[in-house]
Amino acid sequence: MSEVQTRPRVEIAALLKESVVAALVALGLTVVMVGMKTVDQPGGLGLEYRWNWVAAAVASVFIGRFLFALWRETRPRHAAERGPSRQQRMLTSGGDFIRKFGLWFSLFALGFAIAMPFLGGPFSTRYFIDVATYVTIYIMLGWGLNIVVGLAGLLDLGYVAFYAVGAYAYALLSTHFGLSFWVVLPLAGMMAASFGMMLGFPVLRLRGDYLAIVTLGFGEIIRIILLNWYELTGGPDGISGIPRPSFFGLDFSRRVPENGDTFHTFFGLDYSSMHRIIFLYYLILALALITNWFTLRVRKLPIGRAWEALREDEIACRSLGINPTNTKLTAFSIGAMFGGFAGSFFATRQGFISPESFTFIESAVILAIVVLGGLGSQIGVVVASVVLIGGTELFRGLEEYRMLTFGALMVAIMVWKPRGLFSFRRPTVILEGKKIVGSQAGEGSG
Amino acid sequence: MNATGKHALLTVEHLTMRFGGLLAINDVSFTAWQKEITAIIGPNGAGKTTVFNCLTGFYQPTVGRLALTPPDSGRLFLLERMEGFRIAQQAHVARTFQNIRLFPAMSVLENLVVAQHNELMRASAWTLAGLFGLKRYRTAEKKAVERASYWLEQTGLIELANTSAGSLPYGDQRRLEIARAMCTQPVLLCLDEPAAGLNPKESAELNELLLRIRDDHGIGILLIEHDMSVVMEISDHIIVLDYGCKISDGDPEFIRNDPRVIRAYLGEDEDAETAAATAGDND
Repeated sequence: MSEVQTRPRVEIAALLKESVVAALVALGLTVVMVGMKTVDQPGGLGLEYRWNWVAAAVASVFIGRFLFALWRETRPRHAAERGPSRQQRMLTSGGDFIRKFGLWFSLFALGFAIAMPFLGGPFSTRYFIDVATYVTIYIMLGWGLNIVVGLAGLLDLGYVAFYAVGAYAYALLSTHFGLSFWVVLPLAGMMAASFGMMLGFPVLRLRGDYLAIVTLGFGEIIRIILLNWYELTGGPDGISGIPRPSFFGLDFSRRVPENGDTFHTFFGLDYSSMHRIIFLYYLILALALITNWFTLRVRKLPIGRAWEALREDEIACRSLGINPTNTKLTAFSIGAMFGGFAGSFFATRQGFISPESFTFIESAVILAIVVLGGLGSQIGVVVASVVLIGGTELFRGLEEYRMLTFGALMVAIMVWKPRGLFSFRRPTVILEGKKIVGSQAGEGSG
Repeated sequence: MNATGKHALLTVEHLTMRFGGLLAINDVSFTAWQKEITAIIGPNGAGKTTVFNCLTGFYQPTVGRLALTPPDSGRLFLLERMEGFRIAQQAHVARTFQNIRLFPAMSVLENLVVAQHNELMRASAWTLAGLFGLKRYRTAEKKAVERASYWLEQTGLIELANTSAGSLPYGDQRRLEIARAMCTQPVLLCLDEPAAGLNPKESAELNELLLRIRDDHGIGILLIEHDMSVVMEISDHIIVLDYGCKISDGDPEFIRNDPRVIRAYLGEDEDAETAAATAGDND
């Protein structure tokens, strides 16, 4: 069967027409944005015209579109490919890879993440570990949001609010009351969770777009409160001098206190500023792994299954006696709790926070990570964070074209894998038996 | 218990449902007995699904008393006063939907395990015991999977246990929905057009399944159905609605010959024979 190939006739005229349309769109876009440049002239700003750039852009779009369309039309199609519908194949994107190599890939990624600071070479540089810490914060936020969006199907555009609550909770409690990081961490998580409940109650009846709008508003409310409640939060000045975390009571400072130890004296090491960097990296790695462990575990528990069932059909859930209110509120508050943990970490790592760090764009980036990775997919979040957050670091050299590359990358992923990189869903419980058809669940959405 | 030794499972009295100016159900009273299949039939728009929605808490009835008395418990549930999900959780009324409502991305087995949510939730001590993998939860989960496989055997879906529910053919999805409702261990099962879209062979299988559920599990079944081959064959008792009013109530033989029912289905047209032919196709 698979030998049967059909080569459809290529209609050059149609392809040319398609390419001309694409080229016209490119022309419209580039005339102003590329074709004209403002330059300083004596007596004000002047315009410089760059029509050759426009011509190059239009020509490359025309040729590119034509070649793409030609490839699309002449690509051999296997008869077997016509079996499952196009939609069905899209749904299982990344499925084969995860099914075969998922475990190995996860173990390799985990091993690399743990060993990284000691691998030497470029991996052990301060810059690399800083970037890795930064990426891991987003992995943790992605995993936390995955509970709300991926499992429970509640589109939350204000997730950064919980991140902010966690960060400010640590910053305020430690600067005002001198509480240590380890005491505040659970408090910050609880605080964020209760904010999750606060958000959850009014939006219980909302779904989809409406829910997204309200959560977006909630995120902005939190940011604006932080910005304007000057007496408490310092407003736009932020909070500085946030204490760094200690290693079970051992500081990472160079100066040794009179009656005590620091990290390097206790372990008999020479002082190195890298100790703290590496410690922070391991701290966020551990927090992220706890988030992951929790999610993987809870997926197989009744509450996790109820979240997924709620995502699939709320009315059916009610007819089965599942309390939709409690189910939604737990999803919101647990998702928020992990956001709060990440926020505390962020505050202690930066040493300075201000509302600037908690803008809507942060929520959008976290949501993009979850969606690009594939809703509900834990590995997807890791890959998407590395690509999106690590990628923007990598493209720093491109300067002004960095965001362009970033956008193109996102468009490319969404065209290539419309349901995210890994949209494979593994069933949470399997029935063993001889007659049973092999595990195929995951052909639905996931 | 009445004189014949039957247990009145559900007693509906003066049920009225008004949507603004529209009177969807007008003063309907009926009784559904335990170990019996009670069918609700009627032309399109007669208010059959509205009755179900009132019973299962999706609508709050304007007027009426919906009393459910599970056998051997001595308890009385007034369904019209209960919040939607609690009717399934506490009164154990399960239902299926006219347009199938499964959890399509989840596997067939998972659909049935989700249906046992409340029991598993208790066993997992509201997640805590489950999180740390205590034995109590693991045994409860094993029991839930066993119950699910029992119903998969009953509905002939056992081989498809690990496939996603959304990928099943239509007839299998209908049966899976019934299996899922049965996994909640109901005392009253409400089926909204379970035979819609089934071929004659599948309809016959459905009849067998429903009779088995009635006889082996001793629960009451309330059935909305247009397929007369199903209704006439398995119902013990039929209630006919038309424009929100009950127009007839009795056993299948009685309903078949009731002039009011014939009029409601076939209209007042003198040319009753051609109408009978079309009614046979549609209903």
